[in-house]
Amino acid sequence: MAECVNDSETESPISYGDYIVLRRGDVFKSVQIEQKQKVIFEKQWFFLDNAVGQLYGTMFEIEAGGSLKLKAVKRSGNAAGNEDSKEAGQDNRHIVDDGRSQKLTRDDIEILKEQGLKGQEIVQQLIDNSTTFKDKTEFAQEKYIKKKKKKYESDIKVLKPSTRLLAMMYHGREPGKICHLRYDTLAQMLTLGNIHAGSKIIVFETCAGLVLGSVMERMGGYGSVIQMYAGGGPTRAGMESFGFPSHFHETLHEFPMCKVNALLAGTLELSEKDVDSQANKNGQSDSCQETSGVLEEKSSKPQSMEVSLDPEEEMKRARLREQRAQEKKVKMEEKRKKLASAAAQLEGRNADGLVIASRFHPCPVLLGMLKFVAPSRPFVVYSQYREPLIECYTKLREQGGAISLRLTDSWLRHYQVLPNRTHPVLLMSGGGGYLLSGMTVAAGTSKSKNPQKSEEPAAKRLKLDEISPSFRSST
Amino acid sequence: MSFVEYSEFIQEGDVVIIFLGHESMMPIKVQSGAQTQTRYGVIRHSSDLIGQRFGSKVTCSKGGWVYVLHPTPELWTVNLPHRTQILYTTDIANITLMLELKPGSVVCESGTGSGSLSHAILRTIAPTGHLHTVEFHAQRAEKAIEEFKEHKVSHLVTVRNQDVCKEGFGVSDVADAVFLDIPSPWEAVTHAKRALKHKGGRLCSFSPCIEQVQRTCEALLDHGFEEICTLEVLLRVHDVRAVTMPIPDFGPVEGSTDITQMASNLGQEEVPNAGNASVICRTATPPREMAGHTGYLTFATKPRD
Repeated sequence: MAECVNDSETESPISYGDYIVLRRGDVFKSVQIEQKQKVIFEKQWFFLDNAVGQLYGTMFEIEAGGSLKLKAVKRSGNAAGNEDSKEAGQDNRHIVDDGRSQKLTRDDIEILKEQGLKGQEIVQQLIDNSTTFKDKTEFAQEKYIKKKKKKYESDIKVLKPSTRLLAMMYHGREPGKICHLRYDTLAQMLTLGNIHAGSKIIVFETCAGLVLGSVMERMGGYGSVIQMYAGGGPTRAGMESFGFPSHFHETLHEFPMCKVNALLAGTLELSEKDVDSQANKNGQSDSCQETSGVLEEKSSKPQSMEVSLDPEEEMKRARLREQRAQEKKVKMEEKRKKLASAAAQLEGRNADGLVIASRFHPCPVLLGMLKFVAPSRPFVVYSQYREPLIECYTKLREQGGAISLRLTDSWLRHYQVLPNRTHPVLLMSGGGGYLLSGMTVAAGTSKSKNPQKSEEPAAKRLKLDEISPSFRSST
Repeated sequence: MSFVEYSEFIQEGDVVIIFLGHESMMPIKVQSGAQTQTRYGVIRHSSDLIGQRFGSKVTCSKGGWVYVLHPTPELWTVNLPHRTQILYTTDIANITLMLELKPGSVVCESGTGSGSLSHAILRTIAPTGHLHTVEFHAQRAEKAIEEFKEHKVSHLVTVRNQDVCKEGFGVSDVADAVFLDIPSPWEAVTHAKRALKHKGGRLCSFSPCIEQVQRTCEALLDHGFEEICTLEVLLRVHDVRAVTMPIPDFGPVEGSTDITQMASNLGQEEVPNAGNASVICRTATPPREMAGHTGYLTFATKPRD
């Protein structure tokens, strides 16, 4: 029972600032709890303030005025259905769709809603006023109730974020943002990448930070993650939604893609002066360094064009300028430190894994990043499309340094499991993207000359030779 | 070497995976003075392995070479000695994600079987989590304990030799997740519920037959489990290859369009072969046969007590 004490110790109630996941039925939404903040979820609006102080996993119902009310613990179950389902038809031979089976009109239902009737009561009203309900089969009755419940009963559960919930949420709500990466594919990535505590993982993703967050969750704050990014800065919204404790963030580094070549060539300039001068020199081309700087300059320009020669104003402005310069300096210094620490992580070229999931062409990304990975470490590349991964595969074969290459995708099917009504769910996802995975090895010196070089692909080439004549003969 | 921590160099007592070629690997235990025979010749542990970097190329006596790899749960899964039917990486990956396993998780598992899933769980929950695994077959339980020791993960796992359906997991109110891979999981649902924490947790049951799933789902519903969801995941491995496709000869055309131009019109590589024109098409083909079913995965959430 000692463990129980431990358990309650670590369990903290929902509080302001927490990142939470709301669940209604199969629909999820991630939000951060703020005071008196209106949240819109599934066509309903409410305030989360009443959830504060409660424990995670608590069920709420929405009351008039958008406040949440604790849902009674007693499980209502299918009480509404059970009493009525005693009387049921055998089949639907006498059920005619005349559009008049429901005696309540839309207006009637609206009135019921306005009266503040509970969802369950409205469902009961609908059942009572349905002339065909009693003739429906038991199964059809259940289905009817389930459908109505979904519409009128709106219980909302507040959950702690996890990769499972966020990956399902993103896939359901905004698949475009995560390059259509389905959760079972993400699961493969984390496992094939052997993501675990204590390792040093390089991540390059344009999946809103979801992949980054899932990697960080599996690392549990042990080890380090280097996020490579293209453009002005890393995207992390999805990662923020996990609500990691602050010590997790200390293990996270970021490195701009546009400095990879410099780092590899050993010409990356990290001393303070150099960064400064570099920034001044190529302010436009070096967008990742200077985006904020350029913006500042632009916004300050119209100001300086104003003709005001008031000396006091001038002084103020000068002071402001100085302050701004100071702030900029501090920011630069911070940026330099960050860059230096990320560079230090990469320089050893001894990363324990590489995870890529982006909308960029994976080939150059993979070939470039693989240089930072130690031998005998797994890597995994996601792409929404198969063809770019075929190219990666071919290039890697030519280049060497990687073995056990596999191009895969997975197929996911959900089942409805109910007494006498078990079958696959009618609608399934068409595709969850493709993965190329493999293992790094020490690059041999005389790779190309080695007679066994073709050992792996040999089997395939052989097959190809066998196959092509048959192609020819069949045409 | 440990299954939960990478190291750079091979040491005495390590388990290493010898990579012999496409899908051909073997695990070996490194012992000074020992030798291992492969089809490329002999590997002498003292000179060829100990002190070498993981991932390096080792030349065998016959002049052939192999790669030596650091063990991972995934490599172990395809190399372990089978004592039972095992779970493979595709299912393991989904189980890990859907059970929300991470460092620090406390997990109950039954049966231990050949330890394929156990190793993957241990990797994920280290360094602060714990696995309570139950195996009713005494010899298998014994063998699992031995392996965990050899793989330097025994501090993270407790193996119990008992019947989970009758005696449960041997712990209560400690688990964040429970995994069942037994013939009659519905008989273990009560024990699973007891093993899970008061604040709730996740459960997964793996069954090959739909009748087992049916009974399990009924039991889960009866015991107040929520979010019951059954799914199936299959992995498709694509064979990357370059296929040569011939182009038919339509005979001479007025204005003489070259047949090779047709090839370039297709935007593919041409085969420099006079007479018979053909193009090389880089593609990926599905395997002729693939695993069509492993098992149904049923997940559920135990709500707070």
